[in-house]
Amino acid sequence: MAYLENTSDQQREMLETIGVASIDELFDQIPADLRLGRSLDLPPALTELDLTAHLGQLAAANSAKQGACFLGGGAYDHFIPAAVDEIASRGEFYTAYTPYQAEASQGSLQAFYEFQTLICQLTGMDASNASLYEGGTSVSEAVFMAMRVTGRHGKVVLLGSLHPEYRDVVQTYLSRLECEVVVVPTLEGTADAAHLESVLDNQTACVVIQQPNFFGCLEQVQELTEQAHRVGALSIVSCDPISLGLLTRPGDYGADIVVAEGQSLGTPLQYGGPYLGILTCRQKFIRKMPGRLIGQTTDRHGNRCFVLNLQAREQHIRRDKATSNICTNQGLIALRATVYLSLLGKQGIREVAELSCRKAHYAAERLTAIDGLDLAYDRPFFKEFTLRCRDGAESVSRQAAQAGFDVGPLLSRFPDGNPHDLLVAVTEQRTRQEIDQLADALAN
Amino acid sequence: MPPAELRFLKTHEWALADGDIVTVGISDFAVTQLTDLVYIELPQVGTSLAAGAEFGVVESVKAASDLYSPVSGEVVEVHSELEEKPEILSNDAYGDGWIIKIKANDLSEMDGLLDSAAYEKHCEAEAH
Amino acid sequence: MRNRQATQLLFEMSRPGRRGASFPPSDVPEQPLSQLIPESQLAAAPPELPELTEPDVIRHFVNLSTMNMSVDTHFYPLGSCTMKYNPKRHERLASLPGLVDLHPYAAEESSQGMLEILYELQDMLAEISGLPAVSLQPAAGAQGELAALLVAAAYFRDRGEQRSKVLFPDSAHGTNPASARLAGFDCVQLPSTDDGFVDLNRLREQLDDQTAVFMITNPNTLGMFEREISTISAMVHEVGGLVYIDGANMNAILGIARPGDFGGDMMHYNVHKTFTGPHGAGGPGAGPIAVRDFLADYLPGPLVTKSPEGSCQLQHPAKSIGRVRSHFGNVGILLRGYCYLRTLGALGLRQVSEHAVLNANYLLAKLKDVLPVPQGDRCMHEFVATAKPLAQDRGITAMDLAKRLLDYGFHAPTVYFPMVVPEAVMIEPTETESRETLDAFADTIVQIASEDADFVHQAPHETPVSRPDEVQAARQPILKWTPACE
Repeated sequence: MAYLENTSDQQREMLETIGVASIDELFDQIPADLRLGRSLDLPPALTELDLTAHLGQLAAANSAKQGACFLGGGAYDHFIPAAVDEIASRGEFYTAYTPYQAEASQGSLQAFYEFQTLICQLTGMDASNASLYEGGTSVSEAVFMAMRVTGRHGKVVLLGSLHPEYRDVVQTYLSRLECEVVVVPTLEGTADAAHLESVLDNQTACVVIQQPNFFGCLEQVQELTEQAHRVGALSIVSCDPISLGLLTRPGDYGADIVVAEGQSLGTPLQYGGPYLGILTCRQKFIRKMPGRLIGQTTDRHGNRCFVLNLQAREQHIRRDKATSNICTNQGLIALRATVYLSLLGKQGIREVAELSCRKAHYAAERLTAIDGLDLAYDRPFFKEFTLRCRDGAESVSRQAAQAGFDVGPLLSRFPDGNPHDLLVAVTEQRTRQEIDQLADALAN
Repeated sequence: MPPAELRFLKTHEWALADGDIVTVGISDFAVTQLTDLVYIELPQVGTSLAAGAEFGVVESVKAASDLYSPVSGEVVEVHSELEEKPEILSNDAYGDGWIIKIKANDLSEMDGLLDSAAYEKHCEAEAH
Repeated sequence: MRNRQATQLLFEMSRPGRRGASFPPSDVPEQPLSQLIPESQLAAAPPELPELTEPDVIRHFVNLSTMNMSVDTHFYPLGSCTMKYNPKRHERLASLPGLVDLHPYAAEESSQGMLEILYELQDMLAEISGLPAVSLQPAAGAQGELAALLVAAAYFRDRGEQRSKVLFPDSAHGTNPASARLAGFDCVQLPSTDDGFVDLNRLREQLDDQTAVFMITNPNTLGMFEREISTISAMVHEVGGLVYIDGANMNAILGIARPGDFGGDMMHYNVHKTFTGPHGAGGPGAGPIAVRDFLADYLPGPLVTKSPEGSCQLQHPAKSIGRVRSHFGNVGILLRGYCYLRTLGALGLRQVSEHAVLNANYLLAKLKDVLPVPQGDRCMHEFVATAKPLAQDRGITAMDLAKRLLDYGFHAPTVYFPMVVPEAVMIEPTETESRETLDAFADTIVQIASEDADFVHQAPHETPVSRPDEVQAARQPILKWTPACE
């Protein structure tokens, strides 16, 4: 079933109007020797009913969700209020295109303007774009932006406590440019400030900090930001948006560009994407931003309305000199975050952050009471921590899985990761009972 | 016809020398082609430029054009008011709408530019 | 009947003390927060988010949704964007428990169902493209372009070649040059022939040992199949370069011609276009890439591989360029693409292209008297007409026409792209529209052509807003609500 509309009578009449005898004739412009002289070798077509059964079987073959999820590493199992799905499944939103035609898109445009405002409120920054792909590419885009702002193309500094996949993405994006990417080692779970000092110079475009960092630890963000500023480099902070219900906002400690993985704001885990890239900055940098921006203006009748703004930065106008190659962004996921944040409000975001934080600390206490399990780092953390397992992380993870719990990721999955370490993330969804059960399972 | 005392690049910048200081702007033709200007990105004073080097950008809602330096030298003054009020340029491209002043290294580079008659011909050709 | 309050912003509706979500009290032993987080890291107050109830939020966004045009509500013939119907079953299936709640770091042995789907999707995309190796990682077409160009660069580096140039025709999407620049290449734009094809002479002039990649959309952005594509590919290959096919227009040739068979070495798909992603008011998309076997080792990972015993694993190719994003890819969109391909099968897929091309040619035939098509009487899945005569004779520009169509309940075509056609009106009806809709659309354009030009110039008249002041927006950008705005 290809969702076709025209009956065979209609097809015949349409061909007559065109003045050809057959549909095949319409393809005459493709040289015969370039045509595929056979059917594609694809699995047989399925009816809606068959497809539903087929997908149901495959979905059921993923046994990951038998128990509770303590997995983290940049993607988290936070609660999603039903109204988020309700709004995001409105066909008027999800089957619309990018709002280039403002008069036909005020719904999306206003929602994205609200998204930009909410993200500024959350981060304490001046301006937000209307979304990028996800957390890792947001860091890369922020690095390019810092080069444009500072005019420095010689060096980019990444703290070693940045998510290893984000580091990998930055290195891929920068691989063809003559820019040195320096990774500052981690000391006891947080950035080595003295080492950072030794690599900063007047060619450094930016320092990329993650807060809380990949290991769950809180960095001395204010001091690190000041270190960057002393050499005229920008401070880029990659943060967990949920943590901002509790922690100091990056705008308040002087960050220049704040990026985030916004999956936690109302988007399900769905095996890694689509997620939500967030990018915000100070007012003076707005014309250097990548991605779409929505602006307020007035229409012919003087009514407030919203348009795509500062498009001269973008690829469809500026081509090879655009601030980014991004075209399609994550509009629908930005809409989810908008609905999520408007439902939570200032009290709700605080509660989610506080509950996650308290439960994570309870989990850490319970788990480290077990012989052979310790916190890898004696540092303050928010909702996630690194557990060091004397007998190796793999066996602990397996033991948890047998009891129906997913913990991780294992750090051995990343280059140079300690095979004794794994991450444990705890959201507001986890109950004391689940945490106790996990601890009991690992105690045996 | 554009003012006879000006010299032009094919990319629509004009130049006017006064001693070794060369004032640079963009032509009426360029302003008209771009329609409503919304923003101008200017270089910093002290920037040294080669002849033909990019020194800024003019933007309208649906277009953006790079600005190229007619001569080599150092930027000694920028018309920073344009950043806030690009319409000054739209209203008086050859006067109040000047963009930067350059202390030229070699004034003979001016000889390689188009005079106003040649520039006008170039615009006619481009408009077709 | 329009809700007049719908345009209030969330922030204007906020009242202290309202709640739209609540959470259970903490069930773990209470400790002062300052014992968990150092005081210096704690915010003095929560962020100033608006305070609303769930009914407030629902009414607000449902009303906003009514201010959009969409495929579910309107004909949306936006050229180059493939605005086809998005099947509802696929939305549901992508949200099945076991798929929607699967964590990206779930163990491979407990993700086998998901990996099986993704493995099968890689296979299907390889078959449709005629290119054997597929990476599902790129988040959108533009990221696919970047990834493929980096793959090309890595391939040349391994061969000890330093190639600096990426070539593309002037009708290319803006993402092509933007991606090439990002990948560290010099961009060379080639003027097209008068009838909109690649100019072989201009191409020959530019091809040399510095040529890394020639990027081409085929069918091209004018909706025409590049007849000389094999010659073009041969010319590029002769100087040692690679041919990249921008797959934006794959909807025209599914099961009919394959990029790998007409000389392409690399390509990207736009799953949100061709395979009904859907578009989501700007995304998310998915931009898988397919490449020839000698490029497979450089693909961004992870890819899904299958062991002889039938279990699936994630694997990074041996000389991978590295990740272009975190985690696997835009899996939620890939799942919808998978569902679509499994629903259609080979025959259905071919019919998609046949009917997309039939619909486009039918509309072209109906409209050519009012909106002539410089490229002639035949097109593939879309065509680019010009409103130049209409502008000259009646003072109705492509923009006017686009805006006036909104009054009649039709989304506007793409206008002023590609830039090689003056007053361009780019129309792509897609295969999921009926003849009745196409007739009504064509009749409306004929009608608008005879309307009072001043009236049309002020259109739209029936939409929530009309002709926003974009100059004001760009001169003094207001990018967020602030209390002082009121």
